[in-house]
Amino acid sequence: MNNPRHITYGEALNEALTQEMKRDESIFVYGLDVADHKRILGTTNNLVETFGKDRCMSMPLSEEALTGFGLGAAISGLKPVMIHIRVEFMLLAMNQLVNMVAAARYGSAGKLAVPFVIRSTIGRGWGQGFQHSKSLQSIFAHIPGLKVVMPTTPHDAKGLTIAALRDNNPVIILEHRWLYWQEGEVPKEAYEVPIGKAIVRREGSDVTVVATSWMGVEARHAAEIMARHGVSVEVIDPRSITPFDEETVIESVKKTKHCVVADYDWAHCGFSAEVAARVSQKCFKALEAPVERVAFPETHCPTTRPLEDEFYPNAKDIIRAIERTLERKPIDLGKETFYSYEKKFKGPF
Amino acid sequence: MFDAKFHTALYTDLYRIRTAEEAIQAHYNEDEMKTPMHMSMGGEAIAAGVCAALDEGDDVFGTYRSHAIYIARVKETEKFFAEMYGKKTGTARGKAGSMHLASPEHGLIMTSAVVGTTIPVAVGAAFAHAKKKDGNIAAVFFGDGATDEGVFWESVNLACSMQLPVLFICEDNELAIHTPASHRHGYERVTEVVAQFSCEAESETTTDVERIYEITKDMKRRMKETGRPGFLHLPYYRYLEHVGVNKDFNQGYRSKAEFEEWYTKDPVTLQRKRLIKSGVIESEITALESEINTEVEESVARAKQAPFAEAEETYKDVYHE
Repeated sequence: MNNPRHITYGEALNEALTQEMKRDESIFVYGLDVADHKRILGTTNNLVETFGKDRCMSMPLSEEALTGFGLGAAISGLKPVMIHIRVEFMLLAMNQLVNMVAAARYGSAGKLAVPFVIRSTIGRGWGQGFQHSKSLQSIFAHIPGLKVVMPTTPHDAKGLTIAALRDNNPVIILEHRWLYWQEGEVPKEAYEVPIGKAIVRREGSDVTVVATSWMGVEARHAAEIMARHGVSVEVIDPRSITPFDEETVIESVKKTKHCVVADYDWAHCGFSAEVAARVSQKCFKALEAPVERVAFPETHCPTTRPLEDEFYPNAKDIIRAIERTLERKPIDLGKETFYSYEKKFKGPF
Repeated sequence: MFDAKFHTALYTDLYRIRTAEEAIQAHYNEDEMKTPMHMSMGGEAIAAGVCAALDEGDDVFGTYRSHAIYIARVKETEKFFAEMYGKKTGTARGKAGSMHLASPEHGLIMTSAVVGTTIPVAVGAAFAHAKKKDGNIAAVFFGDGATDEGVFWESVNLACSMQLPVLFICEDNELAIHTPASHRHGYERVTEVVAQFSCEAESETTTDVERIYEITKDMKRRMKETGRPGFLHLPYYRYLEHVGVNKDFNQGYRSKAEFEEWYTKDPVTLQRKRLIKSGVIESEITALESEINTEVEESVARAKQAPFAEAEETYKDVYHE
């Protein structure tokens, strides 16, 4: 293992599906356009060729029926993997997801098991506007019975997907659109990243930043800048929203005594509020300042680039939040570059 | 065509369903069965006839109005009443009640209180049967109100596009709660619309349990021959209010005359007459009825005495551990 292998997040997802589908014949992948020429940003590459048309199926545009279909297959011993190219399409299936999928095991007093994986692309793309850019983890995480994970690195994309495929519960995997091209070290063999375990991405001693999905990338950027200004930032990636590993966060905040939650979703009633509440309750005496939150403002995502930049929080917002909690004067960020990532993409995307 | 044993078996189902529901009527006002009751009364022949035509390995899905389906499929009243009384000894230890009554171990997989929600689930179960090539089907019961829902049409389209072994059974009482079909539908006959899809579709109005058995058997044969999904449209008359145990002909949305006409063809009475006509002697029928009466009475009594689940039960089975 002296020769680490680097692949992209998208390739890691594809590898997870391929390896698990080889291992377990009950797994099948379905959804709108999963077997078309674009292959869900490459993540379903070669599945139809390798496993055939009845294990990788492009389906009618019937999100609600397809979600119920997955439930029916899951309780009958199959392992469905449903894929949505946009998380907004899952809203068409909320009835099945909340009333049926989430409650099937409970309502049967444990007689039914629902091994059902639902993958969805989330977040900012390229002028995607207010119906192709949401994240919605707080909505899904609000419902008991569903597990919700948000892999940030290629390593976790593979490991969490494999863990989801070996879980006997419904697991929603939310994948940020910009992460598909991120490269990282990924072991070749199959492995699980346990669902419900957070990870310290960067160790620090002055402030804890809890950052979900793309905000993890922004948080590491913010941490690098702050390091140059003498502030040591600890970055925690929860990885799993439900179940939430609060111990890792609490342990960190007890050490740093300061906490910023950077969530890739709306602030109001969001996951950032949940983390802030738990940290405030469990670290009340350790905290030297109130928990700061960085999240989407209470408005919709506009289409045009300048307003889109205004809408999405980034490393700069995290830096300002860190400064508030540490009661430091704002540093000059004039020479730093923010919002550079979207420049990689050309439309339509 | 059918022998006395077969007539008796179907009568047993019908009589057990009717008697169990009459016991619910008798005890509901005691306020111990704290679960909204959507009664099957009037529709017993559909549940009993269809279930008799299904195989042991077939899956059954239902709605919040599934007392008849449960008893026709599971053929017992012990766990049934325990669940109605919300007791630990019930099918789901009191978590399900009347509206989510099921018994997956007997092939009654799920029932649901949101209209139309089990329809796509049955399509997924049918996909699993197709994949396993076990020759079984998934049968899903729903009311005519469910045909107003988008998910019904999505599911029919999905099943037909994939050619899956699923049998859709529309129990049509002409009412979505209190609103008649004529106010809700932009078309005349649902069966004709569904028949435009690649499936076998049939409609027949009858309260004769054996006729429903035959229709279902024939539909299953056609499904097997053509490899297509099936759709059965079976009108019936709901004797009682939408939810609750009473008659509501004084509410103005339907007439008692309608009921009286249907009641001349009451499915339980009809099958009893057939038994007598086929030579079963009255005393044998009475003995059977009295046996079921006792069974139901004892089930009610035991359910009343059974304990509730412990508080921890509230938190169990949210996730598979």
